[in-house]
Amino acid sequence: MSTLFFYAVAGIGLFCTGLYTLIVQAHLLRKLLAINIMGSGVFLLLVSLSMRTAGTQPDPVPHAMVITGIVVAISATALALVFMIKIALKTGKAELSSLEEK
Amino acid sequence: MYLKLVLATPWEVFLILLPILGGLFSFLLPKFNKAIGISTLILTLFFVVFIALKLRTQGAFYHLVGGWDAPLGINLYIDGLSLVMLGLTALIGVGASVYAGKYFTQTQSLWFWPIWLFLIAGINALFLSQDIFNFYVTLELIGLASAALTALSNTKEALTGAMRYLLVTLLGSLAYLLGVALLYHGFGSVDIAILSNTIESTPAAWAAMGLMSAGLLLKSALFPLHFWLPPAHASAPAPISAVLSALIIKASIYIQLRLWISLFFPLHNFYFEIFFAVLGSIAVLWGSVQALVQTRLKLLIAYSTVAQVGYLFLAFSLALGGVSVAWSALIYLMLSHALAKSALFLVAGNLLHFHGHDRIIDLDRIAQRLPLSTAAFALAGVSIIGLPLSGGFIGKWFLLEASLADNNWGITAVVLLGGLLAAGYIFKVLGFTFTKTTRTQKAQNIPLSMELVPLCLAIMAILTGFFATPLLSLIHIGNPFGNIGAAP
Repeated sequence: MSTLFFYAVAGIGLFCTGLYTLIVQAHLLRKLLAINIMGSGVFLLLVSLSMRTAGTQPDPVPHAMVITGIVVAISATALALVFMIKIALKTGKAELSSLEEK
Repeated sequence: MYLKLVLATPWEVFLILLPILGGLFSFLLPKFNKAIGISTLILTLFFVVFIALKLRTQGAFYHLVGGWDAPLGINLYIDGLSLVMLGLTALIGVGASVYAGKYFTQTQSLWFWPIWLFLIAGINALFLSQDIFNFYVTLELIGLASAALTALSNTKEALTGAMRYLLVTLLGSLAYLLGVALLYHGFGSVDIAILSNTIESTPAAWAAMGLMSAGLLLKSALFPLHFWLPPAHASAPAPISAVLSALIIKASIYIQLRLWISLFFPLHNFYFEIFFAVLGSIAVLWGSVQALVQTRLKLLIAYSTVAQVGYLFLAFSLALGGVSVAWSALIYLMLSHALAKSALFLVAGNLLHFHGHDRIIDLDRIAQRLPLSTAAFALAGVSIIGLPLSGGFIGKWFLLEASLADNNWGITAVVLLGGLLAAGYIFKVLGFTFTKTTRTQKAQNIPLSMELVPLCLAIMAILTGFFATPLLSLIHIGNPFGNIGAAP
């Protein structure tokens, strides 16, 4: 049980690290990576908590949820990458800050 | 006998299936994409009518997808609340489609129709969902589709607005998903009906409530979290802005409602009411003042959305306090705002098309040259301000009634003041539609359908005020608000 707890705490740690990076970093690629790290944290938490009581078989439902989540995360990342490339082509830098300066 | 056959058909499944198929075919057959898109949405409108018939005869019902029941399968659930939201989606969907048929260029419409129909499928699926994980999936579908649509005009503003919107919506969904993980771990189900029976006041439930609410508040743009809304809504193409403001914002508020009514209500206490009331009040005042000082029409309308979201949360706060009429206020404000705001955004699209800009002071005698659009703007404005007999009036009336029943004078004052400020920004625009500017401007013809659609939506926003009683009885089928909000 303590190993699972460790995984869950690591998941929350990843989520918080990602959140911090998302807010602090200006470059869009770093923001995107931060979102992905947050997502991985949530998935880790979901999988590690799937063993609800010690000694029994792990619950398969969270695994199905994680697979769904990964599919969503991939599509979101792909879309965001396209946006990022287009923004970089139009403004010369892959950042959002240009909007505030205007 | 035919009626029985109609009632037995699982129309609700087609609400999700049809737009997906439509999206697929409009991508494969780009020549017919406009016809496919519009006819798909008209069909969904018919199906909503059939579902309404079914609902009136047999009350709220579950559809077990594939015949699998709750703990393992995914249930679709329909009661009055989801029916009204589906109806709203279909109505605004048809309107925006007819408008978009003339609005987009050939290349834009190539991408618009498939994504647009997928968006409608996502919204319909969300309003039919009955488990918190399905809410997450549908939220993501909506978020991705609407971010892609926001970027459709491919300008610098649209792209940065869409990127910001995408990051925000992903952040919101992840916070929400973390909450789902905690709830599933704590109580072993994602089905709302099962969860609401087993949920207890444990740290996991509290953490889940905080995370899910924070994620959804971010998506519904309540006051300090509204920063992403004006750039995204103002830079998107007009039909998209209309739907973003009318439906997408409402979708996350709808989830918030569903969760608070059934799951989190036992956890609620006085401080949440204060929290939502304070944020809602600031949103109403701040959003209205910001709208008042804007010089561009689309930004003005976008900030007005920030203010209207504030009203919804004022009603939400009162409803949590146990005032049952506040639920009616909330739903009514949602309905009338959706219809009126989509009309306003479509009119803004017309003016933008007509003059090539949307600076308010340079609107050159629009009242004489585009009388239908001006009429639509004025009628929608009437509902936004909350002048008598419009849908917005009924919503605000219920809200005032609720605030008086709760002896909450602060909210009463905010609602009245918000109405005055709304009158300020609507009349500011209307004032400039009659004046003549010295600047010479090009003017392009507007197709009739692009003028008629916002007018129809605005008239519907007014008409919802006349049909309050039957609409409310429809909403309360299946008692969606449980014991905390019995039918009036």
